[in-house]
Amino acid sequence: MSFFLNQLIIGIQLGSQYVMVALGLTLIFGILDISHFAHGHLYMVGAYLLYILMVLVKVNYWLALPLCMIALALGGIIVERLVYRPLREQPHINTFIAAIGLILFLETMVRAIQPKSLSVPKPIDRVFSVGGVSMEAQRLIVIVGAALLVVLLHLFIKRTRLGTAIEAVAQDREGAALVGINVNRISLLTFAIATALAAAAAVLMAPLAFIAPEMGSVLILKAFVIVVLGGLGSMQGAIVGGYLLGVLEAMAIAYVSSAYKDVFAFAVLIIILAVRPTGLFRGRE
Amino acid sequence: MPEKWKKATKPALLLAVLGLAVLLPWVGLEKYQLRVLTLALAWAIAAVSLNLILGYTGQASLAHGAFLGIGAYAFGIFAERLGWNFWPALLVAGLIPAALGFLVGLPSLRTKGPYFAIVTLCFNVIIFKVFENWTWLSGGYQGQRVPKPAFLEQRWARYYFILAALVVVLVVVRMIVKSLLGVTFMSIRSNENLAEAVGIDTFRYKLLSFTVSCFIVGLAGALLALENGHLDYTITSYTYSFNLLVYVLIGGAATLSGPVVGAVGLYYLLEYIEKVVGEYRYAIFGLLLIVVIIYFPRGVAGGVQQLWDRLKRWWAGRGAGEVVEG
Repeated sequence: MSFFLNQLIIGIQLGSQYVMVALGLTLIFGILDISHFAHGHLYMVGAYLLYILMVLVKVNYWLALPLCMIALALGGIIVERLVYRPLREQPHINTFIAAIGLILFLETMVRAIQPKSLSVPKPIDRVFSVGGVSMEAQRLIVIVGAALLVVLLHLFIKRTRLGTAIEAVAQDREGAALVGINVNRISLLTFAIATALAAAAAVLMAPLAFIAPEMGSVLILKAFVIVVLGGLGSMQGAIVGGYLLGVLEAMAIAYVSSAYKDVFAFAVLIIILAVRPTGLFRGRE
Repeated sequence: MPEKWKKATKPALLLAVLGLAVLLPWVGLEKYQLRVLTLALAWAIAAVSLNLILGYTGQASLAHGAFLGIGAYAFGIFAERLGWNFWPALLVAGLIPAALGFLVGLPSLRTKGPYFAIVTLCFNVIIFKVFENWTWLSGGYQGQRVPKPAFLEQRWARYYFILAALVVVLVVVRMIVKSLLGVTFMSIRSNENLAEAVGIDTFRYKLLSFTVSCFIVGLAGALLALENGHLDYTITSYTYSFNLLVYVLIGGAATLSGPVVGAVGLYYLLEYIEKVVGEYRYAIFGLLLIVVIIYFPRGVAGGVQQLWDRLKRWWAGRGAGEVVEG
């Protein structure tokens, strides 16, 4: 039983990471209709930035967290402005090509500068143990941190004027422009928020894993699976899908095989889409 | 320009390119250069096959890297381990990806647009993981040898063989595109719902296009393996699916020459800039991709075609009502 609970906690922690990345992807897809394939690579850049701040500049972890989020938010703004905005009127597949270009650029640059895997120290290096279930403090930090951010994002979108504007653009771009919403500014804001979320995910996860140039690749694929399963553009779908996938994966690793841990998600996606070609939740076509 | 000349421009240009391709091994190319050229042509075949489903039918398959690898392995396993003759092994290298493509197409082609791209990408990742882990099949890191038949021992013989294969594939694709079948494919690309409304069973035609495309990309994989003389599991990687997509779209989708121009051009570009910038080559390649896709949304061939059409209209003086094929 305690083994099962342990796996469940690992699953929720994995899921927390997926939810943060998938939510950003969903925001960008829902509002800008862009398959932002380079999102995982911005996550990777976030992890490297944490390494620079913590290990090279010796900044405290809790200060590095917001710093990374702010820096990456700026990065997201630059990407939107320079890469995606000029492509707004072009077919979907062309933005996809641009994203591949961005992936190649980021991954190659990082690899050329620092080819080795890196690691950062844990801010709280302790293991809690409750009734046979032991848990690293960092796992708890990931789970609680992600939950907090998700709630904050929800409140921001539902309760603030800017958030409402974001929702309006997501529902009807032209209509929003007609009532005086600056669509360009909303696009930038969306990218900033989504990328900051990815940076937060990277900072929270980094103490648990190695930092490597290819760390964004598989993650972005899984985030895409979650977004598709959740129905493209549905935020609830991304949250439910993210946690589900995390738990499913942790269980599969424990009870089936770890060699194939990265393929379960994709197999499940193919099976589900074969039955429901538009995803589990009601999204857009 | 007299009418006769105008009609002759395109065939003349084609003959010139083909003639140049035939002469190339005799202008003092080094071994290495001939090898790069041969590999580039094999990639061009793969790009042409992807163009059939992506460019003409409008479905962005991201599984072509997997099918390419499966074709390569089918050829390697049948020719080396089972000792089959060259031709039947080559046929199998097309048939196995085609059969698999048919099976994969059954569920995945029911999905549309970005869903299809993501489902096929997932399939590619699964295949990659399978080849990575099933070392009894793939040989793992060491991979396996790929034999060369006696008549392809010579470097230049392989070059001509793969060049001929490319020409044959282009002729076949041209025949498909110019036929009623091709028109049906293009109607699905331009408006799937409308095609369905006028009674076209779009699913069946998408499946057909996908299956044929997988057959050809399997052959391309076999030819790549043949030229390399060796293969390992990385040939099934989804990065090749990305590469092929890039070749087609940068070269120009839905044109015959586009994928060839894209594959050969970009393959060469990568080889060339590696000498200049070394490990940064993919970074520069990435930036170039972004710039090209922003300024030439229809690819290089599309851009040239546009320019050509404009020139023709300018020459004709009164082409305002002319329909430019998109």
